[in-house]
Amino acid sequence: MPTNTKWWNGGRSPFNISYGKVMMWYFLMSDAFTFGAFLISYGTIRFSVNHWADPNHVFNAFPFAGHANLPLVFVSLMTFILIFSSVTMVLAVHEGHKMNRKGVEKYMILTILGGLAFLGCQAWEWTHMITGDHAVLVNGQIEHWGTTVTRNPWGVEVMHNGAMVATPGPIAFGGYFFGITGFHGFHVFSGVIINVTMLIKTRLGHFDQRGHYEMIEKAGLYWHFVDLVWVFVFLCFYLV
Amino acid sequence: MSSAATLQHADVNDAHHEHHHHETFISKYVFSQDHKMIAKQFLVTGIIWAIIGGLFSVIFRFQLGYPDSTFPWLEDLLGHWAAGGKLKPEFYYALVTMHGTILVFFVLTAGLSGTFANFLIPLQVGARDMASPMLNMLSYWFFFLSSIIMFSSLFVQTGPASGGWTIYPPLSALGDASSGAKIGMDLWLVSMAMFIVSALLGGLNYITTILNMRTKGMSMTRLPLTIWSLFFTAVLGVLSFPVLLSGAILLLFDRNLGTSFFLSDIVIAGKILPNEGGSAILFQHLFWFLGHPEVYIILLPAMGMSSEIISVNSRKPIFGYMAMVGSVFAISILAFLVWAHHMFVTGLNPFLGSAFVLLTLLIAIPSAIKVFNWLTTLWRANIRFTPGMLFAIGFVSLFISGGLTGIFLGNSALDLHLHDTYFVVAHFHIVMGVASFFGMFAGVYHWFPKMFGRYLNNTLAFIHFWITIIGAYLIFWPMHYEGLAGMPRRYYDYSGWTSFNMFNGLNEFISLVAMIVFAAQLLFVFNFFYSMFRGRKVTETNPWGSNTLEWTTPIKPGHGNWPGEIPEVFRGPYDYAKDGKEFIPQNVPVGDDESKGH
Repeated sequence: MPTNTKWWNGGRSPFNISYGKVMMWYFLMSDAFTFGAFLISYGTIRFSVNHWADPNHVFNAFPFAGHANLPLVFVSLMTFILIFSSVTMVLAVHEGHKMNRKGVEKYMILTILGGLAFLGCQAWEWTHMITGDHAVLVNGQIEHWGTTVTRNPWGVEVMHNGAMVATPGPIAFGGYFFGITGFHGFHVFSGVIINVTMLIKTRLGHFDQRGHYEMIEKAGLYWHFVDLVWVFVFLCFYLV
Repeated sequence: MSSAATLQHADVNDAHHEHHHHETFISKYVFSQDHKMIAKQFLVTGIIWAIIGGLFSVIFRFQLGYPDSTFPWLEDLLGHWAAGGKLKPEFYYALVTMHGTILVFFVLTAGLSGTFANFLIPLQVGARDMASPMLNMLSYWFFFLSSIIMFSSLFVQTGPASGGWTIYPPLSALGDASSGAKIGMDLWLVSMAMFIVSALLGGLNYITTILNMRTKGMSMTRLPLTIWSLFFTAVLGVLSFPVLLSGAILLLFDRNLGTSFFLSDIVIAGKILPNEGGSAILFQHLFWFLGHPEVYIILLPAMGMSSEIISVNSRKPIFGYMAMVGSVFAISILAFLVWAHHMFVTGLNPFLGSAFVLLTLLIAIPSAIKVFNWLTTLWRANIRFTPGMLFAIGFVSLFISGGLTGIFLGNSALDLHLHDTYFVVAHFHIVMGVASFFGMFAGVYHWFPKMFGRYLNNTLAFIHFWITIIGAYLIFWPMHYEGLAGMPRRYYDYSGWTSFNMFNGLNEFISLVAMIVFAAQLLFVFNFFYSMFRGRKVTETNPWGSNTLEWTTPIKPGHGNWPGEIPEVFRGPYDYAKDGKEFIPQNVPVGDDESKGH
């Protein structure tokens, strides 16, 4: 045996993985700090104000369901889609280990479709929120507001002319909601671009020539990370 | 299991073959993927920025030293910013802001880490190139893009950012707050976002290269201290810059989309703004979560290079290698836990404040370990006073003087008085600014022969050293007294306060010395560019008698660094004055020297 068999003695990767994966892991740590900063800022502001929008009221719509009260159903569907796309990503990586190009292509297409479906859902949700009209009591007058970065119609409800009506809530709600889900959506979008690139490279047979499908694994790491971040975003904005 | 190891070797071999390719001017000097060329690109860009940033300080020192005089040539130079030969207050603030931004980020982060991490990591760990030469090249070009944006902000009509390098809102969040808070501020934020991308790409590469690409036998405890400090620098950068990115993004939204992340209850020019519910203090937390580690991002490479240079030129092993590594590690951990000591006067909960005092003062322990290890390395050594060595010793001196005042400022009770006075200016300029510059100069003088195959001129170097170290102390030592007397920083004109009139002469003196020191830096710049082409040629591969692997390469290494096999490492980097030999390089097998030597 050569003397150089110890993990950390040089001449090899101490984690037994390629530099690309080490780099991806460190990038994800770094990105986790970006999201961490956003979510901690959100928490700081949210718990410094007296009233915060009730997610069961804000997120109760569903496409084509009219005014049915379906709290958190749509976002649950979105979450399911994204998590399911992680499952197909795992299967793509698995097929890659088996060097099965057809299998990788199939599951990459499903993953990309999952990502696009998620982005579509988010686009609908944003549009619904921004264009919504909710009665808000502003300076003694009823106005109809959507939720934007400068307007929050989900404040404390007060009695007005014999009916309960909402007052303007803290405008930080819209800022953080659109800011953080937007930043996450941007990550999903980048992930879709990366996955499409990987699909094309798979189709062109680049990974077969290279003898391994490690690029798919690295794209997978990123994709799972984006899903994981969504779980935290889901927790912070929809469940708490 | 073996597939990963094979992958790594495949990459190494790729890099090895690259230097056989035909290289054009563009691929060799511009879009180069050779880590040594990228390092030189960072260094030259850093030098250009240092001249600009230094010149700014000289110009605003004119205002501080001679508040009652006019200088018609200033109007010729700066146009309407110095109408009538007197600097406008708005432009004074712009100069101060850009001086800080340029020196902290563009010179002492990109110029220092970018240069020496790129240059030394592959050479000293025994790798053909960085883990990903492509991302490494992109790291430079993102820095270049960031530089272009920041540079162009100097020429916009309303002037560059002028809210201080810490860009606290609301001054930075409201375009109406000052002329420098208009487009200049947006450009600042965009430039910094590009800068963060560059720092991230670079940092990921440095970490990965150090972990994955070490040559056979180069265990972590055989790494030179330069590499250890560059490793922790990269970790700090990768984990703290993203938090500034978050803050910068939110600030951009506040500026351009009407959000209220950092704004609340503001009246500007008699008009009540609709912003509510935000927190300006929140920005300070986000900023200093980067801002404090940033201090160590600037300082650690200087520490590592000084350790290496001091050991080589003392012809002695560094005292307490493991203690040195451990203290850098401790400093890196503590760097993330002390940010609120910049915020003692923001109304921070005093209990929280005392926790931050404790953690801040704890940094004194690893810092003192390092200082004593440097001193004990120098103790009874055969010191060779090369220019690199002088600057390394100068670094230690400045680190001690500046570090001691850190103990004052770390106490929240004292900080209430000293906060935002010239005491703070003196402290961080000595311990972080000038000290890191000395580390950088030490590095340039020491590794210039490896970079360009020529020596710098020693006479010019000695003049440069003595003017700089004496000048630095003459500039910043008196500022402690001004600060203790309560003189606040960031003021345009102090003549309204009779209590500060006693410092008029002192301020003039400081300005005068600043100009002399700046002129001495031009001596260095001349020496640098002259010696690059006309300097005395290096004739031996290991001119300093050093143990580390970069000196086992040819005098002018090509892309791939070693023409043959990468050397294998058998011993630590500090085997000086051992076994009756002056030095034993790392690639000399243990036992060989005893049998063949003497």
